[in-house]
Amino acid sequence: MIASRLSRSPLGRAVLVTRGRWRRFAWSALLGAATVLAAVGLLTTSGYLISRAAEKPEILSLTVAIVGVRFFGISRSLLRYAERLVSHDLAFRSLTDLRFRFFERLVPLVPGALDQPASADLLSRFVGDVDRLQDLYLRALTPPFIALATGLVCVAVAAVMLPAAAAVLAVMLLLGGVGVPGLTRWAARVSGRRQAAARAELSGAMLEVTAGSAEIAVAGREADWLKRMTEADTDVVALQKRDALNGGLAAGLTTMLSAGAAVAVTAVAIPAVDDGLLAGVLLAALALLAMASFEAVLPLGPAAASLDACADAAERIEEITERPPPVLEPAIPVPVPTDGPLSFEAVRFAYRPELPAVLDAVDFSVGSGEAVALVGPSGAGKSTIAELMVRFRDPDDGRIMVGGVDLRSMDPGRLRESVRLAPQDSYLFTGTLGENVALGDPTACPEEIVEVLGRVGLGPWLDGLDDGLETLVGEGGSMVSGGQRQRIAAARCLLGRPRFMIFDEPTAHLDPEGALSLERILVGGRERGAGVLIITHAIADPAGFDRVLELDASHSVRERGPVQVD
Amino acid sequence: MARTETRAPDSSRRARETQRRLVRSSGSARAHIALTVALGLGATALIIAQATLLAMVIAGVFMDGQSLGDVSGLLIWLALIAVARGLVSLGFESSGRFGAARVMSELRRRLAERLLLVNPGTTRHDHSGELVAQAVDGVEALEAYFARYLPQVVLAATVPIAILAWVFPYDWKAGLILAITAPLIPLFMVLIGLLTEGRTRRRWSLLSRLSSHFLDLVAGLQTLRAYGRAESQADSIAAVGERYRRETMGALRIGFLSALVLELLAMIGVAMVATAVGIQLASGSLQLEAGLVVLLLAPELYMPLRQLGNQFHASADGMAAAESIFEVLDQPARVEVPARPVAVPSPGEAGLEIEGLEMLFPGRGKVLDGLNLSLSPGETVGLVGPSGGGKSTLVSLILRLASPGAGKISCGGVDLGSVDPREWRRQIVWVPQRPTLFAGSLAWNLSLFDPDAGDDALALAIGKAGLTGLVDGLPEGMDTLIGDGGRRLSVGQSQRVALARAFLSRAPMVLLDEPTAHLDSDSEETVSRAIGLLTADRTALVVSHRRRAIAGADRVLELREGRLTPFEPQPAGAAT
Repeated sequence: MIASRLSRSPLGRAVLVTRGRWRRFAWSALLGAATVLAAVGLLTTSGYLISRAAEKPEILSLTVAIVGVRFFGISRSLLRYAERLVSHDLAFRSLTDLRFRFFERLVPLVPGALDQPASADLLSRFVGDVDRLQDLYLRALTPPFIALATGLVCVAVAAVMLPAAAAVLAVMLLLGGVGVPGLTRWAARVSGRRQAAARAELSGAMLEVTAGSAEIAVAGREADWLKRMTEADTDVVALQKRDALNGGLAAGLTTMLSAGAAVAVTAVAIPAVDDGLLAGVLLAALALLAMASFEAVLPLGPAAASLDACADAAERIEEITERPPPVLEPAIPVPVPTDGPLSFEAVRFAYRPELPAVLDAVDFSVGSGEAVALVGPSGAGKSTIAELMVRFRDPDDGRIMVGGVDLRSMDPGRLRESVRLAPQDSYLFTGTLGENVALGDPTACPEEIVEVLGRVGLGPWLDGLDDGLETLVGEGGSMVSGGQRQRIAAARCLLGRPRFMIFDEPTAHLDPEGALSLERILVGGRERGAGVLIITHAIADPAGFDRVLELDASHSVRERGPVQVD
Repeated sequence: MARTETRAPDSSRRARETQRRLVRSSGSARAHIALTVALGLGATALIIAQATLLAMVIAGVFMDGQSLGDVSGLLIWLALIAVARGLVSLGFESSGRFGAARVMSELRRRLAERLLLVNPGTTRHDHSGELVAQAVDGVEALEAYFARYLPQVVLAATVPIAILAWVFPYDWKAGLILAITAPLIPLFMVLIGLLTEGRTRRRWSLLSRLSSHFLDLVAGLQTLRAYGRAESQADSIAAVGERYRRETMGALRIGFLSALVLELLAMIGVAMVATAVGIQLASGSLQLEAGLVVLLLAPELYMPLRQLGNQFHASADGMAAAESIFEVLDQPARVEVPARPVAVPSPGEAGLEIEGLEMLFPGRGKVLDGLNLSLSPGETVGLVGPSGGGKSTLVSLILRLASPGAGKISCGGVDLGSVDPREWRRQIVWVPQRPTLFAGSLAWNLSLFDPDAGDDALALAIGKAGLTGLVDGLPEGMDTLIGDGGRRLSVGQSQRVALARAFLSRAPMVLLDEPTAHLDSDSEETVSRAIGLLTADRTALVVSHRRRAIAGADRVLELREGRLTPFEPQPAGAAT
């Protein structure tokens, strides 16, 4: 029942992803409630202890109260320690669940289901949103449970002493725990929308100042941009101050309510003492109970904000993961043919049905042992051709085949072993140089990796590295230049010995000499019988290719005549 | 929270430094701290008054049998105190956030002034997005410091002393217990911190590697899929996550121990006070009212001390934004403005002389090594050379965006070091390798060098730069919004917009940095023609890989190994 209700919202579905952790969540909430109750117990029993002591009984009759005070004092600390460990453990475990599940869902969508160009921004925001959900239990869901449980216990204890006082306490707790968070949440929503716009304006102006400072300075327009930025800044600061006032209001109201609760409960209790409804010895305990019980509702304001942030994050995540997969796998795949060319037949493709076609009536083929170049202006759809070849996307019309068999009838994984793409801006993962190259063939031995790095011209560089293949690269690793990165990506592709190798802009970051030498190495792949397709906006040496194809303004591919010389 | 409680000890130390600097350098920060101190003291006084009055009410009713009417005056006072506490707490909370907002705004202004007026061009393109995000959104992080940690420091210093002073006259024994146990809290905090520091540091390097694993996989997902490795990497998320959890929990078991000890101290303190008060009450040596005052105030005494540690850690994490801004502010001025600048010569009338120019970059060695060049008025010089060879460096030196390590640049015999760099730059129109488009209309973008340019002038510049086709294709023509939030232009189109800008400048000297990179051959031809027009009656330096862009140059030089040599064209076909 819970599951079906949860599955109705993105946030609920995120909670369901971590359903295996609900037991731990229950423990964490239970410990949290016990922690708060121990603090309440400490103050309440202390109040009782000294009131009872003031009646000057036998010291021995105070023993129970004294033990109670010590018990609550020590258990409070131990419970808190246990609660923090359990709740953090829960946060880590549920984060791993979320990362695992959302990554699995993301895999078939990149890059096909993302807009072109697949933006790095979108993916890093995705990661940020998934990570934000680690607050889900720790900050958003646990506090309400704790508040509810402890609030009920406190009110119940008060009711045993004096029902009227319990009613007053319940009202105060509701005001503090539901009223104030509700108020601040509403205010935050309103100002949040306005702030987002003002911040975007300020970010824009500042980005121009930081990225364009040299151009602005050379044009002598410094004062104009300072003014532009100051205006945007003034708006943002004004809104932030309003926000601060809202926050202050919440803090002030909560403080007032908790101090007021003790006064109100005492005021209700005094006539009861007069009337003999309440033993005078309990008066102090009741007042202290009221004051202490507010610890339960204090985290509810932040919890509401956290819940909203998690809900927004879950929604943004699903906006991506719920996109339809761009490619469907065949139920019974046929094997990938071991010979025959890779060919396009009247292929048409548009990113979205309503957009104009990027590729229209594209016909060409790349044979085994052949090196072909595909050129065309940037943004013409060259990378799309590469993505179609490895089935990151499917054509709207026409067929793409290997050895005469439509790619759509094959297992995409097997196909990609046979037709290998080195994407534009190949990614270097955090890890060793060897691991990064071995991505092309996990079974490769170090000797093979060294050999292939030598082949792409990185031999001297590798010899100069202290840690050799064990050198850390990627984020947080040692500096690798743009050119070296491209050579490593090429080595990765060459290592697997696929039947077809497709390189998307493999020489974009190289100077003319570097581009020429790498291009020749890649073209050399045909000597081993592979079909090589190099996609580029500028060929270094057209004469080195068997054929040069051009993607032209009519969105189709035609053979470029006799090699042109620039 | 998981994110905040796994920080490196080194970063805490740096954060402390940054915090000190923030307070020292910011006037509004200091004003805000003064206000916070005042409000903190007010809050303490109210807490003491509340405890005292409540004790009087309870003792009066319970011991002396007073009725509601007898204590109603006190109750009204208590209600007023509750309201006053609410107001003070409102001020306390919001003034901290006001302070954070003001300080952040001040930092942003200083950042902009530093970049525009002193060190233009010192932030890299790829770095500026991150810097801006921190400067704009970093305010929440700073709030942890201004709204929570700083007030907590004030409270930790004032509240215990005030409460002790109040409690002693009521019951010196309980006062003594408090006076002895309270200082133990900061003492243990420091001791435990010292004991666990080494362990935390050792775990840190491993943790930082593990923590970016997920981001790494998502960012490289396309590559993983191309190599058929995405599915196997999904399993590694679970494995790495589990390892991360185990390592972090190991660190937290120790980290939370410190909080446990501190809390235990406070709780035991309260329990001891309650017991001591109880025994004295039972023996008749203490009145209930006094006992209640002591009991009510004991937890309030420990509270600010215990929270100090937590707040510090949260605030240390928030210093990253301020740190990265200070980093930019701290960069020494790259160009010195002479105290008494000499009048600026015009490169349109006098020649530009560059002698023995040297420039050294850490890690890259000498990029320029004794470079000589003389540019006659009206001459166009093409410049080629391998990438990373220092061509853009030379351009920025001529623009006086940087100062050479050795050698000098002079114009008409005047050393440029003795002229105001801002005045000198007015003589130059520059088209950088990756031009910045500003958020606004296309017309406004074009008028960078001449804000008063009329429509006719704009249309003429558009025509000359070969942009007419683009502008005609735009829905709102010249009024179309481009740049951030508007229509995205390709790098090639941006370059042509930058060229059109240049046509609107009357500066006598032109510097073009790779104006045809990223262009296909058709647009390259258009742009090459535009370059010819732009450089026709000006002194010009054109940097390019492509031969067509420098076809119209009077001579072509090659920058190789830090020096210029006449360029010998290689046989056609070997390079484009």
